Order: sequence, then structure tokens, then C-alpha cells
Amino acid sequence: MAEFFQFLVSGLTVGAVYALVALGFTLIYNASDVVNFAQGEFVMLGGMVTVFAHAAGVPLPLAAILAIVVAVIVGISLYWLAIAPARGASAVSLIIITIGASIFLRGVAQVVFDKQFHKLPSFSGDTPVQMMGAAVQPQSFWVIGGAATVVLLLYLFLERTLVGKAVLATSANRLAAKLVGINTATIMALSFGGSAAIGGIAGVLVTPITLTSYDVGTLLALKGFAAAMLGGMGNPFGALAGGLLLGLLEAFGAGLSQLHLQGRVRLHRHPRRAVRGAAGPVRRRAVERV
Amino acid sequence: MSKQSHFKTLFAAAAIALPASMMSFAGTASAQQTVKIGSVLSVTGPASFLGEPEDKTLRMYVDKINAAGGVAGKKLELVIYDDGGDANKARTFATRLVEDDKVVAMVGGSTTGTTMAMIPVFEEAQVPFISLAGAIEVVDPVRKYVFKTPHTDKMACEKIFENLKQRKFTKIAMISGTDGFGASMRAQCVKVAPTYDVQIVAEETYGPRDSDMTAQLTKIKAVPGIQAVVNPGFGQGPAIVTRNYAQLGMSSTPLYQSHGVASKSFIELAGPAAEGVRLPAAALLVGDKLPDNDPQKKVVLDYKKTFEATANQPVSTFGGHAYDGLNILVEAMQRANGADPKKVRDEIEKTKGFVGTGGIVNMSPTDHLGLDLSAFRMLEVKGGDWALLPPGT
Repeated sequence: MAEFFQFLVSGLTVGAVYALVALGFTLIYNASDVVNFAQGEFVMLGGMVTVFAHAAGVPLPLAAILAIVVAVIVGISLYWLAIAPARGASAVSLIIITIGASIFLRGVAQVVFDKQFHKLPSFSGDTPVQMMGAAVQPQSFWVIGGAATVVLLLYLFLERTLVGKAVLATSANRLAAKLVGINTATIMALSFGGSAAIGGIAGVLVTPITLTSYDVGTLLALKGFAAAMLGGMGNPFGALAGGLLLGLLEAFGAGLSQLHLQGRVRLHRHPRRAVRGAAGPVRRRAVERV
Repeated sequence: MSKQSHFKTLFAAAAIALPASMMSFAGTASAQQTVKIGSVLSVTGPASFLGEPEDKTLRMYVDKINAAGGVAGKKLELVIYDDGGDANKARTFATRLVEDDKVVAMVGGSTTGTTMAMIPVFEEAQVPFISLAGAIEVVDPVRKYVFKTPHTDKMACEKIFENLKQRKFTKIAMISGTDGFGASMRAQCVKVAPTYDVQIVAEETYGPRDSDMTAQLTKIKAVPGIQAVVNPGFGQGPAIVTRNYAQLGMSSTPLYQSHGVASKSFIELAGPAAEGVRLPAAALLVGDKLPDNDPQKKVVLDYKKTFEATANQPVSTFGGHAYDGLNILVEAMQRANGADPKKVRDEIEKTKGFVGTGGIVNMSPTDHLGLDLSAFRMLEVKGGDWALLPPGT
């Protein structure tokens, strides 16, 4: 029983991070039909900027806010500098642009920061909490709670605010949204910014547990993408469920069998195959909408 | 950089040789004043943490040797290519070193992959090749022209198991990374375990980028009778294992890490959880803590000082491997009193009592590495720093 609970907590913690990345995918996909493979780099930026700002003497909460702001600026720039000029290009071309952006961001991070691994202090100490026989890091509560808060805020934003409704309208039908006076380009930039903020928050929350380096984004983007697909691309609650499910599968897989490792190794070796797979459903979706 | 300057020399040579055949005589005459040493390193790319310090070390020490008058009256000329961690590129550059640059020897090959790809080129051209790669395959079976300087993962396993035996531990668990380093060391550990009467009763693995190993450790925790846990791994994985190990309250069972994480950043990343963790490491890591009568003390402190002053970054064992390789080669050339590749090869094989950063090297026709277990020191993390374990504890 204790083991079961240990696996459960591990799975939920890791799953919450995947869910946040998947949520970032979902938000951008909804507004612009783009699958943004630079999503993992937002998580990296969240972690790395916090680490370096904190090391430079900025208090942790300020460093975290700074990191999220940097991620948002990068997200919005990504839209205006790379995606907006290529509007009208096919979904596959846009996806390839985001992959390029992700490689570019990783390269810049390598030069601006460094190639080493870094850690952040846990927000509320390192003494594990004993719960039902399992030892839980206090940071796990921050990650799970943070993910829940973000999902809730995103839900409220989309359902209860005018701008949120505009995002939904843009995703439902871009032309109709334009006709009722919604500036769809601004909405899309906003969704890139929002997505980057979510990624940045994930990076800040998770770095005390998982450590960070310039290249953590690649794998997170793949896992988040898998989670988003699992939950149904474009559905925020699906993203949440997909992320948690993937995290739980990994934890219980590692705990109860060795089988999952083989699948994971394949994922490592063939990112291109995963990307190719991604193009299929995206295109189908686009056709449905027309 | 190196490529550019190399092209410049090529152009210069062509410019001199082509218009006036008279001038080509002068060209070859000046070429005879220098001895060309080649190198192919992974200066950029995923293995840049290996290639970068190696590149800096080679340039630094070739300059130093030239400033002191060179080797056997001739200056050294270093030709370095960056393979970016790609074995195919490494092989192409190796061919270029042999055919175009006509180097007399090669010190390089940052990874096992690039080294294995280059071996056939140097074997065929009969040019001595001192590799900086870790795996035992490089020198086992012994190839006539191939040598290497870094310790092998088999030696790390033996050093850990030797320590286990001294503490009378017989039942252990292993948790290994599935990356190249972890998988290779795991296989070596499984192979040598029976020699030390060690029984591996539980085994777990984790992916190289996994961020949570509590599930695997929980399984190990549930196996009764485990006296120690060994973690062959590299990168951030072992730091996370160490943190999860403390989180699950397993610290009363000794944890052993490998030489793969023997750097200060491991202690930083693992934090207080690293207390009491033991690992085998090269003397370079604890140079200032070695007793004064240790033969390696002066060498490792000198190298550390030179490297840190010039490169402005903390010393790593990888740069040390390049230092050892270059100096073994230079000493062999001095003994051969020239740069004939075959004579140099014979002299490298006769290297005896060479004190390097990696250990004391005694090569032989059957051993092209020349290190024994004394090259590794057993360390324990104490108070956020490394402490040398006295022998027998």
C-alpha cells in the first residue's frame, strides 16, 4: 500500500508538469492551429532564468517572476517574428518553424547560460512529508497545486472574460471572429504569451525537483505533446488528464515493470517520427474546420 | 579556428609550391622544422563537456612545450578538427589528418563512438593514436597503434567492489542509467561482481533524462537484506537518484556513485543528500587533499593551476586525459629522438612510470592503458566536500 501511494505521488508530480506543457500546446493550437514544439523551451527558460537571476542575488520570488516575464516576451516574439510572417503557410511548415525556433532557443541558452545542470532550492525545505507510508517532497505539493491553479485560472479566463471568449471565438472560426471585430493576430500573440507563461511557471515549479539545463525542453515537449494527444489535442481538460495519465503510467510502469523503458527509448531515438506522426491529426483537424 | 588556420597553411603552401618549383624546396625545408600532431575532438555538440577542456588543454600545453624549445629540437604543430560528436565526421577528419596533414601521431577521440570510427584509419596508416575515450573496447583487444589514457568503467566497478569487500558487504542492489555510460558500466559491474563475492540481488534502470527515480528506489527498498546500492550513471541522473534516496529515508544503506559524477557539481546538485555517498575518482579531483608524499600530487596541482589560470574554468578529469596523452606522446618522441611514427609507437608502448593526472602509467605490449586500481581514489562526501577515504575503510 505504501509503495502504491509512493508511485501515485511520483506519478502525479511528474504528470502535473506534463499536463502544464500539454496545456501550453493546447492553448496555442486552439488559437492558431500551430503545434508549437518550442513549448519545452519555455519550461527551460522558466527554470534557467530563475536559477541565474537567483544566483545573481535576486530573491527567489522576484527571480521566478522575472523568468516568467522573460518566457512571455520570448513567446510573443516567437509569434511576431516567426509565426506571423508565415501566416497562410501549411500547418506542417508552421510546425517546422517552431522546431527551428526550439533549436535556436536551445542554442542561445547554451551561449547565454551554460551547458551545466543547475538546481534551485525547494520552496519549503527538503524534509520529506510522510503520508500513508510514502515520503513526499514538499515541492511536489507546489507542483501539483501550481498546476491545479493554472488550470483553474485558464478555465476562468477562457469562460469568464471577454478576452478569453475572444480566444475561444478565434479558435472556433477565425474568419467569423474577424468579422465581429476581434483582432485575431493580437489574440494569437496573446495565446503564445499565455502559453509561454504556463511553460515558465512549470519550469520554476519543477526545477527544485528535476534540475534544469539548456536542453531539458526537448524531452518535455515530446512528453507534453504525447499528453496533449492522449487527452485530445485542443481540449484543456484533456491536456490535464493526458498529462496526469502519462505521469502515472510512467511511475507505475517504472515501479511495477520494466516494459515502459523500451517504449521510452524509442521515443528518444526517433523524435522525427513523433513529429511526422503529429502532422497527420493536425491536418485532419484543419480539414474538418473548413 | 583550427580549421581556418589549417586552410591558411594549405593555401600558403599551394601559393608557394605552385608558381615556382624552386620555392617548394624551401616549403618542405620549413615543414621539417615542425612535428605535426593531429587531434579530432568533440569540441561542440552533445559531448562538448569532454572535447572543450581537451581542446583547451592540448593548445595550452603545445604552446608551453614550444616555448620551452619543442621536442628533440623541433617545434610541435597542432592540427585540431572538431567532429561535433559525430562518428562519421570523426572518420573523415582522421583520414584528412593522415593523408593531407601527414601527422606523425594523434591524441584525441573524445568519445568511444568517435574513437572506434577512427581506429581503422590510424591502424592502416600505422600512425600512433592515443585515445581519450573511456570504454575498454578501445584497448581490448590490443591494437598495435592504439593507446588510451582514461580509466575504464571496469576499473571503477572493481574499485567500488573492492571497497564493498573491505566492508564485508555481499548483497547489493544496482540502479543504472540506460545511457551509453550507465549501460556499459552496468555490464562491466555485473561481469566483475563474482570476483569480489558480491551478489547483485536487485537491479533497476532509469532513462537518461528521467526526473524522478523514487519508483525504482521504492522497489529496491522493498527487497530485504540489501547492504549497499551502486549507481552507475552520468549527468544529472545520479544527483536525482541521490536526492530521492535521501527522500525515501534509505540513507542508512551506503550509496556508491561512479567516477561519472566525480565533479563538484554533483555535490551542488544533490545537496545535503550527498553526505556519506562514496565514489571512485581520479587524483585530480582531490589534488590539494593528497598527502605530500603522493607521487601524483605535484603533477595534478600543476595541471590544475595551469588549466584554471588559462581557461578560466574549473579543471575536469577530461582535460587531464588530454594532458596525459600529449605528455606520453612527447616523452615517447624524446626517447625516439625524432618523429618516425613507428619508432614513436614502440616508445609509447615502453612508457613506464609516467606520472599523469589519471595515475601512474606502465604500458606493455599487452596493456595499452597501463593503469591499475591505484589510479582511482575512494572518496566520501563529507560536509559538502570530498574527503579521501583512508585505505581499508
